[in-house]
Amino acid sequence: MSKEKQVLSVPPSVQGVDRNLDTSLHPEAIDVRNLSFYYGDLQVLYDISLRVPERSVTALIGPSGCGKSTFLRTLNRMNDLIDGTRCTGECLVEGQNIMSPDVDVVLLRKHVGMVFQKSTPFPKSIFDNVAYGPRVAGERTRSVLNDLVESCLRKAALWDEVSDRLHTPAMALSGGQQQRLCIARTLATAPKIILMDEPASALDPASTDRIENLIGELCANYTIVIVTHNMQQASRVSHQTAFFFKGRLIEVGPTMKIFTSPTQKQTEDYITGRFG
Amino acid sequence: MSISLQETRVSFRQGTDSLLRRRLLHSRVFRVVCLLLTYSSLGILGILMGSVFWSSLSRLAPDFLSNHYSMNPVRCGILAGIWGSFWLVMLTAAFSIPIGVGSAVYLEEMASDTWLVRLIRINLSNLAGVPSIVYGILGLSAFRPLMLSLQTVFDGTRVVNVMGLFRVRILHLEIFDGSVLIGAMTMSLVILPIVIIASQEALRAIPSSIRVASLALGATRWQTIWRQVIPAALPGIATGVILAVSRAIGEAAPIMMIGVLTVASMCPGGIETPLQMLQDPTRLIAVPFDQFTAMPVEIYDWSKQPDPQDRFTAVAAAGIVVLLLVLLLINAAAMIVRARAGRNTQW
Amino acid sequence: MTSPVSFSTSISRRHEKLIRVCLFCCAALSVLTTGAIVYVLLSNAIYAPGDKTAFFERVSLTEFLTSAQWKPAEGDKGRFGIWPLLSGTMMVAVISSLVSIPAGLGAAIYMSEYAGARERQILKPVLELLAGIPSVVFGFFALKFVTPWLLKPLFGWLDVKVSIFNSLSAGIVVGIMVTPLIASLSEDVIRSVPRSLREAAHALGSTKYDVCMKVVVPAALSGILASFLLAFSRAVGETMAVAIAAGGSPMLALNPLEGSQTMTGFMVHASTGDSAADSISRMSMYAVGITLFLLTLVINLISGWILRKFREEYQ
Repeated sequence: MSKEKQVLSVPPSVQGVDRNLDTSLHPEAIDVRNLSFYYGDLQVLYDISLRVPERSVTALIGPSGCGKSTFLRTLNRMNDLIDGTRCTGECLVEGQNIMSPDVDVVLLRKHVGMVFQKSTPFPKSIFDNVAYGPRVAGERTRSVLNDLVESCLRKAALWDEVSDRLHTPAMALSGGQQQRLCIARTLATAPKIILMDEPASALDPASTDRIENLIGELCANYTIVIVTHNMQQASRVSHQTAFFFKGRLIEVGPTMKIFTSPTQKQTEDYITGRFG
Repeated sequence: MSISLQETRVSFRQGTDSLLRRRLLHSRVFRVVCLLLTYSSLGILGILMGSVFWSSLSRLAPDFLSNHYSMNPVRCGILAGIWGSFWLVMLTAAFSIPIGVGSAVYLEEMASDTWLVRLIRINLSNLAGVPSIVYGILGLSAFRPLMLSLQTVFDGTRVVNVMGLFRVRILHLEIFDGSVLIGAMTMSLVILPIVIIASQEALRAIPSSIRVASLALGATRWQTIWRQVIPAALPGIATGVILAVSRAIGEAAPIMMIGVLTVASMCPGGIETPLQMLQDPTRLIAVPFDQFTAMPVEIYDWSKQPDPQDRFTAVAAAGIVVLLLVLLLINAAAMIVRARAGRNTQW
Repeated sequence: MTSPVSFSTSISRRHEKLIRVCLFCCAALSVLTTGAIVYVLLSNAIYAPGDKTAFFERVSLTEFLTSAQWKPAEGDKGRFGIWPLLSGTMMVAVISSLVSIPAGLGAAIYMSEYAGARERQILKPVLELLAGIPSVVFGFFALKFVTPWLLKPLFGWLDVKVSIFNSLSAGIVVGIMVTPLIASLSEDVIRSVPRSLREAAHALGSTKYDVCMKVVVPAALSGILASFLLAFSRAVGETMAVAIAAGGSPMLALNPLEGSQTMTGFMVHASTGDSAADSISRMSMYAVGITLFLLTLVINLISGWILRKFREEYQ
């Protein structure tokens, strides 16, 4: 093991994530240009530019408070819900600047789904949780909903566990199941991009494993951006990794490269665990 | 609702989706409906105040405050009600504040989790929901006979032998049916749960670090409560207690039950001006045992007067204006206490 | 003493014990109050010790529960069916709910989901002010404003007669009275729904309406329901406004445009009347009182139970 190159022993990737895939050939799903973000007068993101290739997994890593979650939340304008936030720069999704005021956030969020750190099942049945998105979008036909719920639960690898109790409260599921339910629920709104904000940080190792495998399966059809503080996880599930530090995007590149030969000193320090 | 949208380009522009346009309209209408419902209560408050004030104009004059009840609406005044309510509230506060704050201190600071304490807590939350008129029944059937039986003790003929040394003649004290004392005892029970709950909340707002710090310095439990916790909670307690006591001013049902006067041309103790109180303080002794009326009771009576020309409407409205002004002053006082405390302490 | 420092209880600590006992007595007074209320009601309604006779020793429970007439003034020949009073009470309480539920819930949703911090700081005290207005004032408002200036023109236009005393005006003002109660309780409950649920709903492409009505309100439903029940029980126990506005004629007819008498209205009427203290019409007050007490107690207990369940769900 050559010491200056291999700064971290990179674990094998999960099934479905080919880290040698040249994602630069993919068309871009998200193209962020010079994005800055402010809470009131406090600037938390500085001039960020990032390309996210279609049907790939991009991991955002960095110490807590570095702005990676805030960045993720600008991608479907969740930060609009917080008073006094401001954003400059552009973020192109489907060739449209989603920061522009004439963008309909409801349409945007249907296209760019999000899974949160804490699983957030609604206090409804499993079925109603998954059917929530289509229902608010106006889908009423029972058979369509039935099929959709089944296919989404299958995609989220939850169907086999819950198919016999679809109409029981979702709150009764285990933490890992709840999180997969939230993923199924997001899939049901037919997004093309899925944002994941530390989706496994509150789960036990076995559940984390399942979520990671799920990400591997989903990236064949969806563009995934995942925030994680677990570097092993970032290296396992992502094609591309972006390192954030103090509100700045320090380095972005293919995951193998970031983890084996980062160009920036700060990235190397973080990855080798010297801080953060 | 299929997933294969991959090739078609989605537009995020507003108004591109007609269904969504409808949903967003729906959402905006919903917001406006909620807004209207919220501000309608503000509007109703305005209409209520306005209509009452408007009706009161023909009777709202200085002599309304200084006149007694009169069959003639033009001369009818609220003097007896003002004094009655004043004494009622004073006595009610004297009963309910020490007991209420004491209970709150016990429940929050001293009580251990025994079944008895749990019973007290459950009971307290249920008492707060008992209609005030039910307390009136208690006043009517328990306090009233109790007080009237005291009458026989205080009839002025009895002589008590004190330790065989000297003999004291018990003073003659006429206890009236429907006296201020009976009213205040009844009213105290009505507001006691509110006083306790408000004080409990104020005590709960005090961070436990204060208690721990004081105990760690060697203070006893009671020293901690008396010297640290209560002073710190005092503004909160005061605010809550003032608001609770102000409830007693507007309440009529429980004192109606104990046989309060509805038509009164006398004030308790015969005190009609503050000056009289200073000139002849002995009158104060008679106050608790005297008959009385209260502002809301008079307003009730005036509202119900079968007067074809509606002339008593103005009297009732004027009474309401006075009552609301008193309440407003008390509320303002409570708010000032709260604002002051908020400025000085920051947890 | 061998040890220089003594940890045994000193004299100063003993008077603390006394204070503790005193304060305990204060707290125990509330239990005593409940006991006294129950005793007074039972001893006058069900079984009277001594030479008095309780209400139900003179009137049978079947008469009380089945007779459709309430005529206590006629002495022993009177009729004592609770239904006219109960229906009057229920009518007022239901009308008040029709007013207070939409208004209170709308205000709660607006304050928790839409209003900014500053707007809320203004709205809350205004609602508190509305809640602090005495009941007699609302009675006056119903009798002198709602009936002549709102109901009479409205129903006169439809050619329907409205009496001066009517349940509708009483119900409306009681509804206004309890609206702040629903608003503040429901707002607390709605605000305690975790923010994460709202975010999740937004992330699924919900409009604000969807978030409020399909996620937040259903999640808070049990707590909101508890506030409705509490407001209902408050309306049942409401006295002065109803005594002024609804009139004093106990009737089983469910016409909100005519006068009726509620349980509370009757109790005020009976206690201010000049019938003898042990007359049957006076004693009937205790039977009505016990019904009122039980009714509100049961509603409050259910409401409290629901609220406790809700709090457990969200810590």
